[in-house]
Amino acid sequence: MRISEPQPVSGVGRRSFLGYVVGATTLVTAADLALGGPAAADVAAVTPSLPSIPELYDLNDFLTECAMPTSSLIAIAVHPDGTASFALPRAEVGQGVTTSTAMIIAEELELPVEKVVVTLAPARPELLFNQLTGGSNTTISTYTPLRVAAAVAKKALLEAAAVLLGDTVDQLVARAGVVSGPSGSATYGELASRAASPTGRKVDVTLKDEATFRVVGTARSRIDARDAVTGRKQFATDLQVAGALPTMVCRAPTLNGTPRALRNTAAILAMPGVTDVAVVDTGVAVRAETFGQCIDAVRAMDVDWKDGPVAGMSDDDVLAELRRAQNPIKLPNLPRNPLLRTVSRDFVFYFRSNSAMDTNSAVADVRSDGAEVWSALKSPIVAQQEIAKAVGLPVSKVKVNVVSGGGSFGRRLFFDGALEAAKVSKAMGKPVKLMWHRADDARVGRTHPMSTSRITAAVLGKNVLAFTQAHTSISTDFTHGLGEMISANLAKLPTGLGNLGFSETVFTLTQELPYNVGLASQTLTETDLRFNTGSMRNIYSPDVRTANELMMDVLAKQMGLDPLAFRRKFLRNARVKACLEKVAAVGQWGRFMPAGTAQGIAIHKEYKGASACLVEIDCRPATVNRTVPGGDASVTGPRVTKVVYAIDVGLAINPRGLEAQMQGGINDGIALALTSSMHLKDGHFLEASWDNYFYTRQWNTPPDVQVIVMPSDSTQPGGAGEAGVAATMAATACAYARAMRAMPAYFPVNHKAPLAFTPKPYIPPIPQSPTNGLDLTI
Amino acid sequence: MPQQTFVLNGEQVTVDAPDDVRVLWVLRDLLGVTGPKYGCGINVCKACTSHINGRGFNPCSVQVGDLEPTDEVTTIEGLPATVGADGAELHPMQQAWLDRDVAQCGYCQPGQIMAAVALVKKVRREGRSITQQDLDEIRNICRCGTYTRIREAIQDGAARM
Repeated sequence: MRISEPQPVSGVGRRSFLGYVVGATTLVTAADLALGGPAAADVAAVTPSLPSIPELYDLNDFLTECAMPTSSLIAIAVHPDGTASFALPRAEVGQGVTTSTAMIIAEELELPVEKVVVTLAPARPELLFNQLTGGSNTTISTYTPLRVAAAVAKKALLEAAAVLLGDTVDQLVARAGVVSGPSGSATYGELASRAASPTGRKVDVTLKDEATFRVVGTARSRIDARDAVTGRKQFATDLQVAGALPTMVCRAPTLNGTPRALRNTAAILAMPGVTDVAVVDTGVAVRAETFGQCIDAVRAMDVDWKDGPVAGMSDDDVLAELRRAQNPIKLPNLPRNPLLRTVSRDFVFYFRSNSAMDTNSAVADVRSDGAEVWSALKSPIVAQQEIAKAVGLPVSKVKVNVVSGGGSFGRRLFFDGALEAAKVSKAMGKPVKLMWHRADDARVGRTHPMSTSRITAAVLGKNVLAFTQAHTSISTDFTHGLGEMISANLAKLPTGLGNLGFSETVFTLTQELPYNVGLASQTLTETDLRFNTGSMRNIYSPDVRTANELMMDVLAKQMGLDPLAFRRKFLRNARVKACLEKVAAVGQWGRFMPAGTAQGIAIHKEYKGASACLVEIDCRPATVNRTVPGGDASVTGPRVTKVVYAIDVGLAINPRGLEAQMQGGINDGIALALTSSMHLKDGHFLEASWDNYFYTRQWNTPPDVQVIVMPSDSTQPGGAGEAGVAATMAATACAYARAMRAMPAYFPVNHKAPLAFTPKPYIPPIPQSPTNGLDLTI
Repeated sequence: MPQQTFVLNGEQVTVDAPDDVRVLWVLRDLLGVTGPKYGCGINVCKACTSHINGRGFNPCSVQVGDLEPTDEVTTIEGLPATVGADGAELHPMQQAWLDRDVAQCGYCQPGQIMAAVALVKKVRREGRSITQQDLDEIRNICRCGTYTRIREAIQDGAARM
């Protein structure tokens, strides 16, 4: 197995790197990290059983290596007004990467955080694979390049100050945007153009000693918080682009059905406010003065539809298909022993929606000689290529701007809205502001695929000799570009992985089993490409981990061990164990819980980090059947009353942001375990709104949430955005099973309960807005 | 085209729009006031929560023709001025939101803040203070899952109002 061991440049030391001052009129610097990077693996790790592949080389190593060759192309500029700026080639969708990026630059550059301006870079094809936001990889892959570029800038500023002040560099100190020395001081603003170089030059720098950090590792509020609370923060539909009028699409009554014709074009065009209609491949688009008039028009459309590819199918059909695709589950050959027992469990995970609050939306202005698109995009380069192809323009004529997204959770890895907006704009010959109706976003938007996870373990006394997990899933769509990254970097994958398909590669690079359970294997089989799928604040991990942790509880019970004792005995990763001990202590594991309530405990290891979660759940009838006033419906059910979550991400850049990501992930995990799923019936999903699809709400969020950021002596950051989900989902499932004294067979546990809502019609495909709002004031 | 007149963030506005256009679109599409967000259009997600005559309401579910010229609509943009904060940039609830660093993506947060202020006023009218049950009954969705900090910030903001 090839393991990349990072080599510091020029052998000077682990903090020495090469960078560039880029030829410009103000100071612009960049990093050269073709040979360096964050620690990829600890090859020397000796463990009692074979390490799983992600322990040696994980998805983040892969994503980081993909980003490395182009890291030198991402540059920091210092301006005459004393600010520094950086266009981050990633998407900000709430996970806080603009804030952590500003902190990293501020730290190394010795500039106040407030003076670091981080914007989102438009699609830059030259960045190749360095513009994908996913896998909680942003900070892992950009941390060192950012530091190097900032350190080069600081060095250039010090050198310019030495000339200006007449001191030597070693007499000077850079601090808070000012260089001071025996002969006086100069601000970065005064030095910015003096430090610039008319031509590029190579510079070697030494990064700051982490022990002297003043910004990184301190709790900071988000740099966009004030804009968010004042309503100034802009999302795609808030942009005012000349001529881009509200636009919506009327969609087919079956999933991915397509339009043959609009039968009442003249009547639609005559409706108030309507300016244009156009038939595109995904439906019939209408452009009007207001979105309200778009809704009216969509509802009035008489469209001849061609059924979609899953017409007639329901949940049970998909499950049967998964069952047919399942490979036989086989344990390795073990020595014959009459005392050897096998234990098997089988879990089903239904479709779930990753809908963000901000629906698939985009502004597009496609003209004959060029196009410009604005949208929240996590894979803007692929989006640019696909949009160019769709509208028949060269890539160089298509500008793709990355706008802050109102959430993503996997959705914005795809560019469904941006592509559709471009097609509609081309068809109408006018700029459009496309917004998906919530009903469409829920029903036609991306889902986390339905899957089954089967586990068989061989147990001998109080030992596990073998553990096999076979995960079978409706195909996960990776066409947003990860696929290209994998094909382009096959040679970098550990031996044997190169022959796997994209999904299997991602699965193999992300699923860690940090337990000593003998001969262990985890496999993925995927089937059926007809659904709109994608990741959902994590790809496989929450489902795989939940099945896994439930099985650990089963094994624990068979051995007469309590879930904590079992994990103490079988876990083989010290960081995971430390998290486990922490939540057990803080959450008072084992304290008395009344009948119908229980604790659950689970761990997760991914993103170069470790986590553990302790959950307390209340499944007593009085709680389960509680009601909440208002709305169409309110799914209540079991209440998670307390969560204690410990997260070790290595170096926590911004503990306040990290805590926020865990709090959010906790609510995702609870939703996945208890309440949130899509029901497929007769070829379409039933859920068409938030009071149909039950992402965690205030009445289901735990009243007591404690997040513990574990101390770490690591000098490298791990991933945060998705790291709160898997352990929470698993711990919630474990707690539920203990409280109910029954192992659930499917998730979420309420999936087969009578629907809590009346499904909205499919024709027309979107509901009308109510008019009784003045009767409902609070 | 009918003319629609109402008071928006302290100023009389008049806009050409058919009576049945919902106030949310009048604000966002015709007047360019984009603080109130679209999340569902059917008064479920509450992302557009604003105030009418000091009470919380959802402009996605009110026809503009149903507004009287004297009706005072307040969006997040006009919230600071409602506490007579002359030139002050933030309402105490917004400050509580900042101090707790509540927002993640931020999309739902204008609606959350407007709902929080309405809730504080409601319980005061009822002569009581906010309970856990009141917090449980808030219907505003935050898909980032910032609920924990929202709960803390509301209680914090209430203490400052």
